[in-house]
Amino acid sequence: MELLKAKTLSSPVAWRSGIRQAFADVPALAWLLGMLGAVLIEYLWGDTLAVMLYLPKVPPLFGATLVLKKPLLFPWALLYGLLIYVLPIGVIARVSAATANRVAKALERLPVSVSALLHLVLLYAVLSIWTENSDYRLQVSKLIMIAVMLTLSINVINGYMGEFSCSHPGFMALGAYVASVLTLVLFKDNRLFGPALLPESLGPFLFPLVLFIGGMAAAFGALIVAIPSFRTRGDYLAIISLAFLFIVKSAIENIEWVGGPRGLGGQPHWSTLPAVFAGMILCIWIINNFVRSTLGKALNAVRDNEIAADAMTVDTRRTKMVAFMFGAFWAGVAGGLYAHEVRHVTPGSFGIQMLAEILAMVYFGGLNSVIGSIVGAVSISMISEILKPLGLYKWIVVPLILILVMIFRPTGLFAFRDFNVRKILRHKG
Amino acid sequence: MSLLHVKDMTHYFGGLRAVYQYHLTIAPGEIHGLIGPNGAGKTTVFNLITGIHQPSEGTISLQGKSLLGLRPHQVAASGLGRTFQNMLLWRHMTVLEHVKLAHYAQIQYGLAGAFFGSRRRNAEEARIEENAYRLLDAFNITRFADQIVTFLPYGVQRRVEMARAMAIRPKILFLDEPTAGMTPEELDQMIGIIRKLHDEFKVAILLIEHRLKFVMELCQRVQTLVFGEVIAEGTPSEIKKNPAVIEAYLGKEEVA
Repeated sequence: MELLKAKTLSSPVAWRSGIRQAFADVPALAWLLGMLGAVLIEYLWGDTLAVMLYLPKVPPLFGATLVLKKPLLFPWALLYGLLIYVLPIGVIARVSAATANRVAKALERLPVSVSALLHLVLLYAVLSIWTENSDYRLQVSKLIMIAVMLTLSINVINGYMGEFSCSHPGFMALGAYVASVLTLVLFKDNRLFGPALLPESLGPFLFPLVLFIGGMAAAFGALIVAIPSFRTRGDYLAIISLAFLFIVKSAIENIEWVGGPRGLGGQPHWSTLPAVFAGMILCIWIINNFVRSTLGKALNAVRDNEIAADAMTVDTRRTKMVAFMFGAFWAGVAGGLYAHEVRHVTPGSFGIQMLAEILAMVYFGGLNSVIGSIVGAVSISMISEILKPLGLYKWIVVPLILILVMIFRPTGLFAFRDFNVRKILRHKG
Repeated sequence: MSLLHVKDMTHYFGGLRAVYQYHLTIAPGEIHGLIGPNGAGKTTVFNLITGIHQPSEGTISLQGKSLLGLRPHQVAASGLGRTFQNMLLWRHMTVLEHVKLAHYAQIQYGLAGAFFGSRRRNAEEARIEENAYRLLDAFNITRFADQIVTFLPYGVQRRVEMARAMAIRPKILFLDEPTAGMTPEELDQMIGIIRKLHDEFKVAILLIEHRLKFVMELCQRVQTLVFGEVIAEGTPSEIKKNPAVIEAYLGKEEVA
């Protein structure tokens, strides 16, 4: 028996399944506790450890950027990652698994929202401690969360409803510009619009409203794409939506009072970590609610067969309109958040390249899946951030990854999965 | 009183006359057959009545209410369910989702409810799900509820399609060749299913079929359509003997 065990453990496959088995009963709560422990350890002793390991500073994104610049530091960066992240997360998750399971089980008797809230508070704590370390980390995290919103919102149209829409950066630009103009007119003295109409201290409280209006502007723009979609499908709609993207871009370039091609700057820095986090969670929650309801499943029916959907009483026009406007709304909100994070938007930034990035995220992560959108947005933005030192070659690596995914998993990594919060938070022991 | 009434319906596809002065009256609870050789315009008749195409001339009314000018989903919601010759199922969806979605017109919550997961939405979803399971039970496909339809056997897919059509609570059900591609055993099963459905749900049926055995066993009245025109109408046994029908199906007997 002992011998057999030793023998099976020697192969890598057995190792992997062994590790998986060892962590099979670890619930989400314990993983979060492990991450919390890891980021706390980094917060307290990260600097000391970095010095000890000959690293110039705490590696901001798991040391990958550093390694690309100075390959010789690879072993030390790896060791840092092991000591700060892998080891503490593994140990704490394993040790706290039993207690966490008991807590998770107790939470299951309460409404799922209580448990979800607790997990979210933990996740937020992890994020805020982790981003404490450097502004770079903070900005990357916020942009990743905005990317999650974008990916999810385009998934509503391209994945759940199966129309190939290329107008998403256009919707985002609408949201970004409308929200920026609103905050600049209302709350900020500036060169373009003159003195503020309202005290600036009121701004952060009215920021959600500003984002909402930006989102509604994008949703209104979506009507222009939605109406041709009643008659056109596939390639033709892709072309129409691409045309819409260029219309928005050229229109903004030619409106001088929003800065024209030079762009619009000076937005207040209101996209703080809590604001972006809350926006992303709200987006995930509402979109997930929608696509799991029967009204949302109508999108899938329109995608798979429109004639049958019609014959089964589904109002296909209304469904398409709702999907386009809903997806565009969230793109607009994400655009507003983006504008108040980078604090300078130009029409040029909402072009084909951004479209390519968004499409890469959604097709990499997986169509028709909330979890796929999250995975796709996080991994593609992380990869493209990490590969920044490669310069232009980044645009060889990212598409290459995409091609490989399309060959081996044509619908993306996590396509057609239901995102069931109850199941994710469930106890496992 | 008649349930469905179609009068002088004519339709042209460009210069082609697909259906000419078609008439149809179906009483509640009746099973009505529509036979005819390939290309006779049977499916076009279905598509015209269900609103996929609008007839060039004629009137269509369901319980005295005109269906002309309504969009297909409105026609369906007013009580007209249908299946398709080549089974238009939604290939990425599960059996349960198919039947649930066909409740679309009966949903009692709005978009806000769907977005925020209101209590009403949850109650409605539960009610729809319960109703869907009842239908799955009736068609004996409950055990496939959580499976994607694409991978199910052909006979099961046919039953899914019928369960889905029944979920819209039709007063009249259009079946477009429900036995296409079936083996003789499956054919007998299908006869049983349609009988059961007819008795249990008290629904009238309009049936397109090629297999005469099927039509003879089920239908009370049969119409024969050739080149878009009704050439014969009557009980199944009358139709079987009608020389015009025999000619249309088998060709004219030639004297040697």
